[in-house]
Amino acid sequence: MVKMGGAGLALAALGVAAAAWAGPVLAQEHGGTQVARQPWTFSGLFGEFNNNQLQRGFRVYTEICSRCHSLNRIYFRNLADPDGPAFPVDGVKSLAATHQVEDGPDDNGKMFKRPGTLTDAIPSPYKNDKEARAAHNGALPPDLSLIVRARSVENDAPFYLVPYTMVRDVLSGYQESGADYLYAYLTGFQEPPKGFKLGDFMQYNRVFPGHQTAMPPPFAGGDGVVKYDDGTPATVDNYARDVTAFLAWAADPRLEDRKRLGLLVMIYLIITAVLLGFAKRRIWREVH
Amino acid sequence: MASHESTYQPTSRLSKWLDERLPVQRLMHGQFVDFPTPRNINYLWTTGGLLTFFLAIQIATGIVLAMHYTPTAAEAFNSVEHIRRDINYGWLLRNLHAVGASMFFLAVYLHIARGLYYGSYKTPREVLWILGVIILLLMMATAFMGYSLPWGQMSFWAVTVITNLFSSLDSIIPGLGTKIVQWLWGGYSVSGTTLTRFFSLHYLLPFVIAGVVGLHIWALHKVGQNNPTGLDIKTASDTVPMAPYAVMKDLFALSVFGLLFAWFVFFAPDYLGHSDNYIEANPLSTPPHIVPEWYFLPYYAILRAIPNKLLGVIAMFSSIILLCFVPWLDTSRVRSAKYRPIYKWFFFLFIISVIALGYLGSKPPEGAYVLWARLFAAYYFLHLLVVLPIVGVLETPSKLPHSITESVLGKGGGAAPLKAAAAPERR
Repeated sequence: MVKMGGAGLALAALGVAAAAWAGPVLAQEHGGTQVARQPWTFSGLFGEFNNNQLQRGFRVYTEICSRCHSLNRIYFRNLADPDGPAFPVDGVKSLAATHQVEDGPDDNGKMFKRPGTLTDAIPSPYKNDKEARAAHNGALPPDLSLIVRARSVENDAPFYLVPYTMVRDVLSGYQESGADYLYAYLTGFQEPPKGFKLGDFMQYNRVFPGHQTAMPPPFAGGDGVVKYDDGTPATVDNYARDVTAFLAWAADPRLEDRKRLGLLVMIYLIITAVLLGFAKRRIWREVH
Repeated sequence: MASHESTYQPTSRLSKWLDERLPVQRLMHGQFVDFPTPRNINYLWTTGGLLTFFLAIQIATGIVLAMHYTPTAAEAFNSVEHIRRDINYGWLLRNLHAVGASMFFLAVYLHIARGLYYGSYKTPREVLWILGVIILLLMMATAFMGYSLPWGQMSFWAVTVITNLFSSLDSIIPGLGTKIVQWLWGGYSVSGTTLTRFFSLHYLLPFVIAGVVGLHIWALHKVGQNNPTGLDIKTASDTVPMAPYAVMKDLFALSVFGLLFAWFVFFAPDYLGHSDNYIEANPLSTPPHIVPEWYFLPYYAILRAIPNKLLGVIAMFSSIILLCFVPWLDTSRVRSAKYRPIYKWFFFLFIISVIALGYLGSKPPEGAYVLWARLFAAYYFLHLLVVLPIVGVLETPSKLPHSITESVLGKGGGAAPLKAAAAPERR
C-alpha cells in the first residue's frame, strides 16, 4: 500500500485544480468572448518572433503610433536584437543618429544636443505626461513598451467549463491574450450602434471596456497608408497584426531565450524523473 | 533531539575527532539518514520535502533579485523591468521567484489537506501542527509583502485594500484602526515609505520561516511521522530508514513537481499573475476589480461574503487561526479519515468549499456569487466548529489494520522478515 490510495489521489487532484484557478479567471475585463484568438508566430512551445514581421511592425509603430505613444523601455540597440526585429546594426546606428538627443551637463554646466546612439532610448513624442494630455483633450496615450502584457482577455466561461479552459490554456502555454486583445482593439473601431451616446472626442470600439476610447482609429487612412517593401500586402489587417507582434516583442524581449531554455529544461527533467522513478521502484521493491 | 538514537559511525579520524567535539554529523545522520519512516506513507508525504525545496528556491532567487531591485516608489517598477530585460538570466530569476511563490502555496495546501485527511494534527502532534499554522501565516505575510514589490497597479491596490482592513477596528475603538493603518503605511496613504518597509520585512520573514521550519522538523522528528493508517509505529518492521527509501521517493516527487514548476516558469509565466501588474502603480487610478493572487482567493471570498467589514475581517483571519484548534475540535479516536466512513465525505465537502471559495473570490462580489460565497464560507466554519466535534463522537470507525506492516503486506504479512528494511545499510 505505498501507492497513493484513491482518497489521496483525489485529494492531490483537487489541490492541483485549486492552484490552477488563477489566470484566466482573474484576467482583466477586456472584451471577453468578442476577442478571437489569433495565430501568432510566437505562441506555443516552439513559438518565436518573425524578424520580418517585427520590422514591419516597427515601421507601423514609427509612422503611426509614435506620433502619440512613447516606447520608453526600448533602446535603439534592442532593434538589432537577433531574437527581436534583427535590424542590421549599421542601419540602427544611422537611424539613431537621425534623432537629436539631449545630453549633459557639459563642463560648462550646459545641456547640449547630440545625435542619438545605440544606447539611447527611442525618443518620446512628448516631453512629459502633461504635454501629452494637453495635446489629446486630457487623455494620456499610454507608453507601449508593456502594453501587450498589461492587457488580457477575460475568461468568461461558465464555472463548470473553467477547469477545462484552465487546463487547456496551461497545457498549450497560452500567453497571447494581450496580443489577441490588442489586435481586436486596433481593428475594433466602428460606428456606434443606434442609441449609443458617445462622449466628446470619444470613439466607439467593439472590445474596449465600456466601448468608449479616446484614441482615434489608427488606420483611418486605410490600406496602403504605410508602405511595405517585403512583398507583404499593405493592408490594415496586416498593420494591426504586425504592430501587435512588434509590441509583443517589446513587452517580452526575452521570449525566445525563455522558450529555448524551457525545452532543454523540460527534456532534462523528464529524463531525470524517469530515472529517479526507476530507482525508486527498484529500492522499494522489497518493502511492499 | 528525537526519540531515536543515531547509528552514526565516524569513518575517518577527522570525523571521529569532530564527533567527540561537535556531533553535528551524528545529528544529521540520525535525523535524515537512518530516521525511521513509516513504510506505508504515500506521495502526499513528499510535500514536506517539496516545501523545503521551495523555501530554498525562494530564498536563493530572492537574494539575487534583491541585488538588482530598487525599493523606491519611483524606481521599483523600472528595476523589475530592468531585471527582466537587461540582467543576464534576470527573466529566469524573476519567473522562478514569482512562479515559485505559487508552487510553494500549492505544495503547502496539499500538505495541509493531507494533515487534515489523515489526522496528522491529533495527539501527540498538536505542537507540530500549530507550528505549521504559524508557518502558513508567515508565508502569507511574506507573499503579501512580496507581491507589493513590483509596484504595479495590482500590487499597489492589493496593499491598499488589505492594509485598510485594519481600519475596521475603528468601529470598536474610534481612531484605533486609522492609527494602526497609518503606522503600517508610514504615512497617510500607501507610498514609497510603505514599499521600503515591506521590502525590508519581505527580506526578513523568510529567515523567520526557516527558523520555524527548523522547529517544525524538530517536533516532527520527536513524535515521528504520521502515516495513511494513522496507526502508531509499533515494531521495527513498520518503518524503513529515511535514506534511501523516503529520500528517493522525495526526489522522484520533486522531479515530477519540478516539471509543473518549469512548465509555468518557461511556458506560462504570466498565467498565475494579473495583467494589471504590468501597469505601474498609480494612486489616482483604481482598477475596476482588485483581486489578490490565487492563493489568497478563498480568504478574500470569506472576507467579502460577510456584509459587515469588521466581522468580515474577523472571519477571514479566524479561518486560519481556527486551524490551530483543530487538534481539540476533532473528537474522533481514529486519526485517519480512511477509516472514518462518514467524516470522509464531510472532509471532501470541506475541500470543495475551499476550491469554490477560491473561484468565487476571483469573481465580482455581486448577485449569485455573493450567495454562493456565503454558503461555502458558512460550511467552512461549520465544518471546523460543528462537524469535527460531532461526527467524531457519533461515527463508528471502520475496522483498522493491527499494524502499519499489516496494512502494507496484508494479514499475517507482518511475520515476513524484511531483509531490505532490516538491513538497508548492511550495518
